[in-house]
Amino acid sequence: MVEHTHETMVDREIDRSHMQVSDEVAIQITDMNKWYGSFHVLRDIDLTVNRGERIVICGPSGSGKSTLIRCINALEEHQAGSIEVNGTALTSDLKNVDKVRAEVGMVFQHFNLFPHLTVMDNCTLAPIWVRKTPKKEADETAMHYLEKVKIPEQALKYPGQLSGGQQQRVAIARSLCMRPQIMLFDEPTSALDPEMIKEVLDTMISLAEDGMTMLVVTHEMGFARQVANRVIFMDQGQIVEQNEPEEFFNNPKSDRTKLFLSQILGH
Amino acid sequence: MADTSFVRTEMLPEQSPPLTSVGVLGWLRANLFSNLWNTILTVISLAFIGYLLAGLIPWVFQSVWVADSLNECREVMNATWGDTHGHACWAVIRERWLQLTFGFYPSELYWRPILAFVLLFGALAPVLFPWAPRWLLYVTAAYPFLFPWLMWGGTIWAPLMVAAGLAVGYFAHKFVEPILGGLAGMIIAVLAVIVWWLFLVGPLSGVLASIIPIGLEPVESRNFGGFMLSIMIGVVAIGVSLPIGIVLALGRQSDLLIVKAICVGFIEFIRGVPLITLLFVASTLLNIFMPPGTNFDIILRVMIMVTLFAAAYMAEVIRGGLAALPKGQYEGADSLGLDYWQSQRLIIMPQALKISIPGIVSTFIGIFKDTTLVSIIGLLDPLGLSNAIRADAAWNGIYWELFAFIAFLFFIFCFGMSRYSMYLERRLRTDHR
Ligand SMILES: Nc1ncnc2c1ncn2[C@@H]1O[C@H](COP(=O)(O)OP(=O)(O)OP(=O)(O)O)[C@@H](O)[C@H]1O
Ligand SMILES: [Mg+2]
Repeated sequence: MVEHTHETMVDREIDRSHMQVSDEVAIQITDMNKWYGSFHVLRDIDLTVNRGERIVICGPSGSGKSTLIRCINALEEHQAGSIEVNGTALTSDLKNVDKVRAEVGMVFQHFNLFPHLTVMDNCTLAPIWVRKTPKKEADETAMHYLEKVKIPEQALKYPGQLSGGQQQRVAIARSLCMRPQIMLFDEPTSALDPEMIKEVLDTMISLAEDGMTMLVVTHEMGFARQVANRVIFMDQGQIVEQNEPEEFFNNPKSDRTKLFLSQILGH
Repeated sequence: MADTSFVRTEMLPEQSPPLTSVGVLGWLRANLFSNLWNTILTVISLAFIGYLLAGLIPWVFQSVWVADSLNECREVMNATWGDTHGHACWAVIRERWLQLTFGFYPSELYWRPILAFVLLFGALAPVLFPWAPRWLLYVTAAYPFLFPWLMWGGTIWAPLMVAAGLAVGYFAHKFVEPILGGLAGMIIAVLAVIVWWLFLVGPLSGVLASIIPIGLEPVESRNFGGFMLSIMIGVVAIGVSLPIGIVLALGRQSDLLIVKAICVGFIEFIRGVPLITLLFVASTLLNIFMPPGTNFDIILRVMIMVTLFAAAYMAEVIRGGLAALPKGQYEGADSLGLDYWQSQRLIIMPQALKISIPGIVSTFIGIFKDTTLVSIIGLLDPLGLSNAIRADAAWNGIYWELFAFIAFLFFIFCFGMSRYSMYLERRLRTDHR
């Protein structure tokens, strides 16, 4: 199911001065395959992501988008091929897994905030326990990022006391507190009401303006047009088409892409 | 055509609700007399409660407090209220309450269990209430060693040497870990502690006691009894079964096949066997497996059995809490780079335990009441003592008063636990808007 057929455009000028793609490779996926039991969910995935790239992944439901980005921080295991993140290969070695997870932030559809901790504690938990940051410094960092996502005044509340959009922004701040080099987003706005989608997209755009490497699974085609430098279309566990957003939307090559775009954009 | 457009030009002021819906009258109306059926049920229930109280109140309050035997009680009753059985003979409680509380613990040493009981609250306070001063945690840490020493007496070196075992484990871990790695370090540390406790504590504290003899007068286990015994067994079972239950619940979810099999086997076996059976094993069978000549205290054996029994139930209650947690919580923790133990300790367990509070407390209450089963293997808990009291010719034939007293005291403890759990649930609620 496609959740939104409209395009939420954020009506502000985007500052592209820091949005440069470098030659340095951030993520290298080679010949990656994954099965759930006997179900071949990802097939021969090859993907290179350079530092500073902003990639939007779209495709019909069940095409394996979530599975793909979850493989990148080893929330799912892949069975064949290789994934290298910041030069660290994801193997069964737990040390590598923990290292990659600490360097890669992830934002989920359902936020996955910790309801028993305040917003502040949600943000400082991982820096304190994983990075061994002193509490005071962790608090300052958390406040900095809560200001960045524009909810410093909610720091002492519990997640259950916030709106969906606010919760998702806390989730983004929580990831940022680990100072990740790569951010993964799995449909960050599809559990939100339309008026909250904009505030979350706005936050993501300002991240992109800071030059963050981002992989975003979303159906927000407005975001893809405005921010992405590459759009990837997946179907049945494969990458079917990838291109710059202009080309991708105006001039799709494959029939499946055309069909998908016509459905999602309501043409 | 009707005019469908409407714009309110002034807002309505707030009004107070009609009198019949507020106050005592409103409450009565809404809850007891809202319609004919409700009214009839209210009247019938009130009549029934009245009938019960008409019997109970005279029994409890028009009663005999001073008498030396049941017969003397009856004579006083006949003289005062005529030939009737509707009055309690609390004289038995007045005469035997110390025994019901302490069993046959030497009366000149009563201060020891009383002190242990008072310290118990000091030890529990910082765990149970956030407003308790933090230094009380030292009492909490010392209590497991202090408590057996106060109760059983003996040389002070024994509890100190037992406590030293933890230091032994710590150093064993510290030296072995850099050489052999984390897992081996853990195993060797645990082994070192066990060896220390089983083989070295006895001789060492014996030697130290002969050099510097400080100690309390020893009290033998067969003198223990009454509520003191119930509370001892209950507190140990409750306190120790929770951590064991957590470990078992985690083990049951583990990916390690052997760990999982052991945990499942343990839980299912213990839950499949009545507690009485386990107690009989503790009182008789266990001696067969012990090397001859070892004197393994009967109360300790019973404590271990009750604890294991409670732990199996606890594990399942906690597993329920774990199952109720959304998968997203594990993923959230994983995606931040927390390792298994960190995410269990900081994210998963706090929430799973919170969800399980009602079940955990039910298990606690059940276990506390089950301690009365130890009377069957001859320990003198309050029920066992009530039999002993009836065996005395003076009190032969007295039942209700003893049971009512015992029930009343159990009720106070269990009700206290129940209220605490409700307080805790309220305090831990974080989803209020
Ligand atoms: N744990 C699992 N076990 C078995 N099959 C799974 C599991 N998780 C996902 N799948 C299957 O794998 C396929 C890809 O799932 P995935 O969640 O990656 O899709 P998606 O592209 O993210 O879809 P959506 O847009 O609905 O989120 C689906 O067919 C799904 O049913
Ligand atoms: Mg998905």
